[in-house]
Amino acid sequence: MHELQITERILNVVLQHAAGQDIHRIVRIHLRIGELSDLEDEWVQHYFDYLSRGTLAEHAKLAITRAPIVVACHSCSYSFELKKDQLGQVTCPECGEGRLELVSGRGYLIENMEVM
Amino acid sequence: MNDTVRLIEVREEIHADNERVAQGLRARLAETKTFLLNLMSSPGAGKTRTILKTIEVLRDRFRFGVLEADIDSKVDAELIAARGITAVQLRTGGFCHLDAAMVAKGIDALDLNALDVIIIENVGNLVCPAEFDTGAMKNVMILSVPEGDDKPLKYPLMFTVSDVLLINKMDYLEISDFNLGLLRERALKLNPRIQIFEISAKTGQGTDRWAAWLSEQVQSVLH
Repeated sequence: MHELQITERILNVVLQHAAGQDIHRIVRIHLRIGELSDLEDEWVQHYFDYLSRGTLAEHAKLAITRAPIVVACHSCSYSFELKKDQLGQVTCPECGEGRLELVSGRGYLIENMEVM
Repeated sequence: MNDTVRLIEVREEIHADNERVAQGLRARLAETKTFLLNLMSSPGAGKTRTILKTIEVLRDRFRFGVLEADIDSKVDAELIAARGITAVQLRTGGFCHLDAAMVAKGIDALDLNALDVIIIENVGNLVCPAEFDTGAMKNVMILSVPEGDDKPLKYPLMFTVSDVLLINKMDYLEISDFNLGLLRERALKLNPRIQIFEISAKTGQGTDRWAAWLSEQVQSVLH
């Protein structure tokens, strides 16, 4: 799985943003991960703890929220949110069409970080 | 030293770097008129055999190269090179997928002026490769009959990001309980634009229709 690589990128991005600023340490990082990602919060934190040793982000907590999966109906374009286990199982609530296109629900956005 | 906690805005998507490299690679390949295809599947679905069959059908029309990703072996690259096809081995060193930077490195080892089509044989895995843009112009996935028709339910992202679904090992259909209609329905629900071809890379069944689709895509880049 790619937890390690994803976590390394998270660390690199926050360290870049911290560089050159008057920061003593990074306390918390707010992440928004798409519901479609297979990464488990707990494992992302484990990898992060390992990789961040000796950096400004050592002991930082990852506050992870999930961005919902949004799909749009192939025939009437109505868009709505659904859960991961509903993918491919539900039809459009407006017109009953079964073919739905993914609009969002992927990706890893670092929103902000709390620093001291 | 400042001891109060303060908030710093980051607003950065961590795949943004990879997307930039991928876009750059696509632009570079468009200039040299080289078509790049990303082939993904689980281990054993028939990626190498499908590549060999596809090249066999189209080798009089286009010049092919192959980028072989393997975690730590060169078995597939050797098989391809043995047929006189240019192959570059990318050892991912434990990574479960390829990203655009790794692909760009492999592309650097190829003479783009001598090639029309480059096929990436991605790491055998239905999860991770779906998350990373490789810089390819089209994504193709293989699902083989013995794997079962329930895979769209288990690996939805892979079906969502693929332009083409090759249902391989159609020669196994009769002895399995694989439901083709159900598989099509499940795949199309996740991705209404996905093109589906039923093939057997072993017997050659259906490979002409798939090859015709690929030719069309390559032609649109060559001109």
